[in-house]
Amino acid sequence: MTDLTRLELLRRAALGGAALSIPGLLAACGGDGEESAGTTTGASAALASTLRFSNWQLYIDRDPKNKKRSPSLEQFTAKTGTKVDYVEDVNDNATYFGKIQGPLSQGRGIDRDLIVMTDNSRFPGLLVSKEWVEKLDKERIPNMANLIDAQKSPPFDPDRNYSVPWLSGITGIATNMKASGGAVVTTMQQLLEDPKLKGKVTLLTEVADTMSPIMLENGDDPSNVTDESWNKAYDRIQKAVDGGQIRRFTGNDYVADLERGNIAAALSWSGDVATGLAANKALRWNLPKQGSDIWTDNMFIPLEGSVPTASEYMNFVLDPKVAAMIAVGAGYISAVKGVKEEAVKLDPESANNPLIFPDDEILSNVVQFDSAALNNQTYIEQWQQLLGA
Amino acid sequence: MTVIHRHRWLAPLLLLAPGLAWLAIFFLVPLGFLAYQSLQSGTFEQGYTFTWEFSNYRDAITGYDEQLVRSFFYAGIATVATLLISYPLVYWIAFHGGRWKNMLLLLIVAPFFVTYLIRTLAWQNILADEGPVVGFLRDVHVLSADGRLLATTFAVVSGITYNFLPFMALPLYVSLEQIDARLLEAAQDLYASKTKAFLRVTLPLSAPGIVAGTLLTFIPAAGDFINAQLLGTPNQYMIGNVIQSKFLELIDYPAAAALSFVLMALIMVALLVYARVVGTEKLTG
Repeated sequence: MTDLTRLELLRRAALGGAALSIPGLLAACGGDGEESAGTTTGASAALASTLRFSNWQLYIDRDPKNKKRSPSLEQFTAKTGTKVDYVEDVNDNATYFGKIQGPLSQGRGIDRDLIVMTDNSRFPGLLVSKEWVEKLDKERIPNMANLIDAQKSPPFDPDRNYSVPWLSGITGIATNMKASGGAVVTTMQQLLEDPKLKGKVTLLTEVADTMSPIMLENGDDPSNVTDESWNKAYDRIQKAVDGGQIRRFTGNDYVADLERGNIAAALSWSGDVATGLAANKALRWNLPKQGSDIWTDNMFIPLEGSVPTASEYMNFVLDPKVAAMIAVGAGYISAVKGVKEEAVKLDPESANNPLIFPDDEILSNVVQFDSAALNNQTYIEQWQQLLGA
Repeated sequence: MTVIHRHRWLAPLLLLAPGLAWLAIFFLVPLGFLAYQSLQSGTFEQGYTFTWEFSNYRDAITGYDEQLVRSFFYAGIATVATLLISYPLVYWIAFHGGRWKNMLLLLIVAPFFVTYLIRTLAWQNILADEGPVVGFLRDVHVLSADGRLLATTFAVVSGITYNFLPFMALPLYVSLEQIDARLLEAAQDLYASKTKAFLRVTLPLSAPGIVAGTLLTFIPAAGDFINAQLLGTPNQYMIGNVIQSKFLELIDYPAAAALSFVLMALIMVALLVYARVVGTEKLTG
């Protein structure tokens, strides 16, 4: 239908402006529902009317006056005519993967066109190896060339056939100064052992994010996990759990407890405190003294997601201008070249924020967690046992 | 119709058919599948295969005995607590509620128009460390200066008690409401004190309600995981939390299925013991 009407449109246009009456236009466009919005240009003809996007909380630029609006998403809609149904329903990788794996394992879609999962979990690898994600339409993503070299060939998707980085971040320690009695928490030792914080500490359910800073404090290397270094770090956490030091293991949901002061200190992702919680003056964020881990979230198109629409969006966010909006807005690190230059124009203060544009000092203090350890069945089970189940 | 007239024995079967079909499709078939799954081995990455892996059961019991015991313990305390709270409450409504009876019952049920999750999250606010309840208890020195309620056993058991209260209160109300007031008058005519009349007449007559309420509260409470998840710490996690994480996060179906069966079996045993102690006629009223 779409092609026919477009052909008809062209024919009428060829007859000259006069023939292209308004009733004629309406007749040409009418009658085929969803597709009709995209009949004017060839490139957008195949785009869906809505992009369904699952992401993490506090992870995109927001209009400071109206937190429900996101300037970058609105730009995308203005540019392509595709609305974005942006849902913040990823709380931690394992739980989200658990939710979506049922339909995906039966070859069915999950009513999403884009989902975001972290490279320091085993799930990006699983999505690709189980063929639960659609191949990107790379012709629509010329901006792929803008990726920084370090992100061009990740182990779970060496040719970037299935994924595009969203943002990267660093795990650190957030302190609520009111609840901690005025002391800033900067070491894992304080977090795990300081009796003043007993019962007021949360760690992250992500194994890499919790294990890395502890291993570094133990003098071990998280990018090369051995049974010995694993057990040493594991025992420290177990002791803290048994002693009642740890309140909970969390995903993004530590944010509410931290704001309320139910917890005094939390393992926390770098951007959360810098942006979403900036209004709360009692909050501080620090990189642990002995260092921590860096991770990257990646966008994937789950089965039955609209490949053209999602690819178009990926291309859009790989544009340095857009990438700068998102990075500065979310307070996380972009994987796109030329972002800093754009960020300077946008918000000079953020452009100097070392958490968004990390300097060498920070980069020398963060590591990537061992990807082999993520898939070690014994570690997976032990970790789950530690989480209390 | 003539078929039924000719074969009268068909009628009860036909009447039972919808219920039986429902049970078969939504209970027996999934249960069978769960049993099949519980004997599989393998990993999520490689897939699971059926190998009569009975060790799943051994692992379920030895690996999670702590959470199993805790579940029954919490469910037990919560059941007793709901009974102690709701008995005087519905007693008063049944005997002294007068024309307000229905209104009062509605009030008991009213909070349950809000979803389970939101109700439990509300308790997070009520019990928050910097909230009014904890503040008051600290001021009167019931709690120490850095004491807390949220993320403790107390919070989890309170949450379960609160969430299951109507399941105890409503059956209790039904059995108390049916008691003929003349029986109590008769008891007093025979020189029973009020206490004695309560113990010899009211309490035994309300026993079916107590039994029904206990079962309706205890069984789901033993498998609950929301309260422990939202109001507790890993040290309060119940068997429901383990099953949930095995199913949804670890995607270890065999272990999760085996654990579910262990939980079911233990509840059955508890039920049989309970039935033996109180007598089966009370179960059916």
